[in-house]
Amino acid sequence: MKLYDIAHSRAGDKGNTLTLSLIPYQEQDYALLCEKITEEKVKQHLGEIVKGKVTRYELPNISSLLFVCEDALNTGVTTSWNMDAHGKTLSYALLEMEI
Amino acid sequence: MKDKIRIGCGAGFSGDRLDPAVVLVKDGKLDYLVLECLAERTIALAQKRKLQNPAWGYDPLLERRIESLLELLLEQKVKLITNMGAANPLSAADKVIEIAKRKNLSVRVAAVVGDDVLAKLDVAALSLETKQPLSSHGKIVSANAYLGADGILEALKTNADIIITGRVADPSLFIAPMLHELGWAENDFDRMGKGTVLGHLLECAGQVTGGYYADPGKKHVPDMVNLGHPFVDVFADGSGLLGKVNGTGGVINLDTAKEQLLYEVVNPHAYYTPDVIADFTSVKLMQQAKDRVRVTGGSGTTKPDTLKVSVGYQAGYLGEGEITYAGGNAVGRAKLAGEIVRERLRHTFNEIKVDLMGLNAVHGNALHSTEPYEVRLRVAAKTPDAALAARVGEEVEALYTNGPGGGGGVRKYVHEMIGIVSCLMDRNLIKPEVIIKSI
Repeated sequence: MKLYDIAHSRAGDKGNTLTLSLIPYQEQDYALLCEKITEEKVKQHLGEIVKGKVTRYELPNISSLLFVCEDALNTGVTTSWNMDAHGKTLSYALLEMEI
Repeated sequence: MKDKIRIGCGAGFSGDRLDPAVVLVKDGKLDYLVLECLAERTIALAQKRKLQNPAWGYDPLLERRIESLLELLLEQKVKLITNMGAANPLSAADKVIEIAKRKNLSVRVAAVVGDDVLAKLDVAALSLETKQPLSSHGKIVSANAYLGADGILEALKTNADIIITGRVADPSLFIAPMLHELGWAENDFDRMGKGTVLGHLLECAGQVTGGYYADPGKKHVPDMVNLGHPFVDVFADGSGLLGKVNGTGGVINLDTAKEQLLYEVVNPHAYYTPDVIADFTSVKLMQQAKDRVRVTGGSGTTKPDTLKVSVGYQAGYLGEGEITYAGGNAVGRAKLAGEIVRERLRHTFNEIKVDLMGLNAVHGNALHSTEPYEVRLRVAAKTPDAALAARVGEEVEALYTNGPGGGGGVRKYVHEMIGIVSCLMDRNLIKPEVIIKSI
């Protein structure tokens, strides 16, 4: 099963930092996501994309996780030479993770 | 004082669609309309236009947006708050007056200035992002502080119909009318924290009504063609009710609200604006009715002693070229083409980026599995020299007769880059000022 099957995500950018929300379709899957989708797992999954630290925030009131990934946007939207300079497509990279 | 106000958001970025704001004003029963049109880099580009002509430097779509809205705003008694002033709120106000004159309308416009801090900038200060002196990144072209709600609040007290700002923190565009109408004290940080949550939910307009959300078969959004933009009913206790105009397309549900609540948030325990340091972790969402989500919770503590300043600098040029290969061994031919261009440009650029769009251009090499039928080669390089940047596209174009078989659809681009770095500035050095123009 892929994360895509049970959760959705939106990517955001602040400078060279990428933010990825992770929101289960069924709120009862939140506990599973908390257990399985650790900072290390996300860092490893995104591989060469995220060069810096990954920090996970838990938001139990809205049954959602937030991953803040540093040094992930090739200097950031204004000077990046990436095709997707904002990193907007990267929400769906996270959802490719097998769980 | 009112016990409830309704604020709509009719644009979430400079290039946003024009029609949804018209629908909001016409049928949304709004008290206020916010148009958020100023991204980090947009203001640096605007500063450059202002250098070319001192009457320019406001949002390029301002004229079209005001043309379509002005009469309706006045008729429906909806006040407009917008950062379309960009680098030149005064000229933007003049432009609104000019449009009103042409339409024979009477209007009071307030320009909020004071965000331009280039003259006060310490260029030796370290960038928050790179920890290097600001001046080391390139020639500095702009420095704009993120103002808070205070300047807009002052403008609202003058009874202006339209308030045009430059750089203001996005949620502050929403906090100002809340302070003005709901009787909150300017040090009521808890309610401003709650209000900031609501402003953040609205500031990207369509991103909370199903825009940037749909995924066919998975996340359904009805009638996206006519996607409506949102409004929020803000209550005196700081709670809110999200909604959109009946009959517009899109959807507001817990999932669209959650995606937007966390969008671009780097620390949900401490979301910094000039008005308040807000905590998003206590926010609760409830689907109250179809396309109505109730927002409660959120809090705030104090306001920061410093304001964030966005500093724009000349960052050189990005040269790009693209060409497509399809059918048998498309990927093999595209890879060969990439190697050829890389080799031909080796002496011109220190670093060259070669992407295969359809295979690895946005998610890298690790995640893809099968080879596509069509693939588009993209070559990119950065340089301080515009003419050199053009060499990238030239070499890609030359693949037509000097590269692998069957390449087509070449496009080439040279893009001037304005980089942005930030620093903090003592807020006592930054004084918003309100200038009224009326007809």
